[in-house]
Amino acid sequence: MSSSASEPMTSAQRAIWAIVCLAIVLIVVARSFVGHGMGRVYVEPKPMDFVAEVTTSPENASETSSSWKQLSTVEFDAYVSANGYEDTISWVEYDEVPPRAYFAQEAAGGGSIILSWPRTIGLWLAAFFTLAIFSFLYRDNPFYKFAESVVVGVSAGYWMVVGFWDTIVPNLLQRLAPAFSKDYLTPGMELPPGGFDTTNLVFLIPLVLGFMLIGRLLPKCGWLSLWPLAFIVGTMAGLRMVGYIESDILSQTKETVIPLYVQGENTSSTFMMIWSTIWASLAQVLLVIGVLACLVYFFFSVEHKGAVGKTARVGIWYLMITFGAAFGFTVMGRIALLAARVEFLFDDWMWLIDPMQQREFVTASVGLLF
Amino acid sequence: MIKLLENLDRRWIFLAMALCVSVPILVIGLTGVTFPETPTPLAEAFFAEVDRAGEAKGRRANVLIALDYDPASAGELSPMSASLVNQCSQRGHRMYFISLWPVGPQMIDDSIEKVIKRYYPHLVYGEDYVNLGFKAGNEQVIKVMGIDLTTEFRTDVEGTTLSKIPMMEGITSLEDFDLIAEISAGYPGSKEWVLYAATQYDIPLVSGMTGVQAPQNYPYYPTQLKGLLGAIKGAAEYEFIVNEYIRRSRLEELLVASGLDPAVAGPLADEPAQIPAWTTSAAAASMTPEAKADLIDAATGATPGEFLEGQRRMGPQLFAHLLMVLLIILGNVIFFAQRRRGGSA
Repeated sequence: MSSSASEPMTSAQRAIWAIVCLAIVLIVVARSFVGHGMGRVYVEPKPMDFVAEVTTSPENASETSSSWKQLSTVEFDAYVSANGYEDTISWVEYDEVPPRAYFAQEAAGGGSIILSWPRTIGLWLAAFFTLAIFSFLYRDNPFYKFAESVVVGVSAGYWMVVGFWDTIVPNLLQRLAPAFSKDYLTPGMELPPGGFDTTNLVFLIPLVLGFMLIGRLLPKCGWLSLWPLAFIVGTMAGLRMVGYIESDILSQTKETVIPLYVQGENTSSTFMMIWSTIWASLAQVLLVIGVLACLVYFFFSVEHKGAVGKTARVGIWYLMITFGAAFGFTVMGRIALLAARVEFLFDDWMWLIDPMQQREFVTASVGLLF
Repeated sequence: MIKLLENLDRRWIFLAMALCVSVPILVIGLTGVTFPETPTPLAEAFFAEVDRAGEAKGRRANVLIALDYDPASAGELSPMSASLVNQCSQRGHRMYFISLWPVGPQMIDDSIEKVIKRYYPHLVYGEDYVNLGFKAGNEQVIKVMGIDLTTEFRTDVEGTTLSKIPMMEGITSLEDFDLIAEISAGYPGSKEWVLYAATQYDIPLVSGMTGVQAPQNYPYYPTQLKGLLGAIKGAAEYEFIVNEYIRRSRLEELLVASGLDPAVAGPLADEPAQIPAWTTSAAAASMTPEAKADLIDAATGATPGEFLEGQRRMGPQLFAHLLMVLLIILGNVIFFAQRRRGGSA
């Protein structure tokens, strides 16, 4: 299996692949015109209407607080006709509904469920990007490059936004400038009851360290970033050292100091009892042998000859079995991810299968048979 | 033949893999038939630990559910999350959702929408479950939560102050949780929860994880990790156990509601296949036709597709693994054939 995907293909191979691609395109086109079609998302609008409600404190009549009270559509209409739109706020939420609800509504002669164009376009884009990424398996191509660039760009943008709203705002700005944060960034936050907490001034240190880290971007100020980096490395090393010693060294050592003989399950059958005892004890013995053999393999101060060499050899076998198990698990994981994407294409996009009972099974089956 | 295999274009292998995955998905999707699962002790331990959480304290359990993964691993991990939330909801545990991954809140929303809002609409936000959202800081977040949870989480994901959320009363640190259930796709994930929560504070921890992580985490079972779900196989096993548990619990509820003695209802609920015949017996004479229909539906009705994701994905696994085994054998055959010919191996 030495030929690579970058090598030129023979005309026969090219023809076969052209037929495969054409078949996929034909299935998609055909599927679009069978039954209820494919790849659509339906939503049901849900009006959200609120009116401002002012409540007076029972202890102090001059103390008032306001909150928003949600009203039903009928109540809201009555309120608006009496008081106007002042002190009200409204918006519409769109709840995704299974397509079968839309089909039932159409059969009954209409209703509030509508096709969501933004979500439908999103679904088709997801299908396009999935296929574009898969297309790399055939060979590198512009669709793959485009999809890859979009993933990188979106991820970078997403991380920036998340970094600002989930780290800088709550961990820094809300502590150093709570009033500013409440006014301009997070109106839902509660201001500290006793005013600004001066102990929060300690957060100036990470602020300064953060700016120093940005010094890397300036050629002459690169050295400034060494201080925050040293801080990060130092704290992480300290934090992890304690965790690893406690969890991976002490606890794991304790778990390895185990009895080699284990009494099996106490069953009525003597044979089963002996059998389970043998297996349970064998597992313990193998565990201890494995730990010791692997430790010997990684002990390089003594030449791996004679008994040490043979023990190290056993260690290698243990390691190989571990790598095999890791490989098997990795394959299983990757296939599960592939299966999830294929399920998405067949279910959400092409409506060929309906495991979630979102549509009508008969329609899906007819689509497949076609 | 060997010559052909030696020069086989790798795209044929990709195509074969695509067929091995696609065809079972289509067949399972259309027929609804999945492969039978036999749960391993690891999955059973995971289930048992969630089931008995809080029992020692004689109150509703506080379960911290950390969904530390993103859409890239959702295919492997979302079946675990769905079943975990399903079990906790049915069991009546209080669920506290958090994530150490930036895209984790979407995974939390997905689980809440897919399971709680659809199948447990009676559960109230703030009383039965709360979404504390994402916190940046990786293992430092766990470390700080161990000392004072409110330092890291001052509001829920909607911005509501924790003091205004009823179920947050009495929750000040990790030690106030009866169980930490974690679904992990990498760093930060199960390893960090073991290091900084389970080991340091001796809090029961169960974890579901991707296949890549599983071998590294096996040594922690059963002391530091009380239960472990490895990859989609673990998800399918756990899903199977939870689905059986849900069916049994609902049957028992219906039987007791119809006036049956709990001592009789329990064993009967263990045998769902016997329920249709039982409804025609004299013991069920007092039941209304509607109650009988509900009982038969609960006993023999199909499990919702949301809770079969893991089991469905075991079909493609089987054929893809068979292909992999075949390819490894072929690769070795080619290797030894080349060596016998004296060519470069």
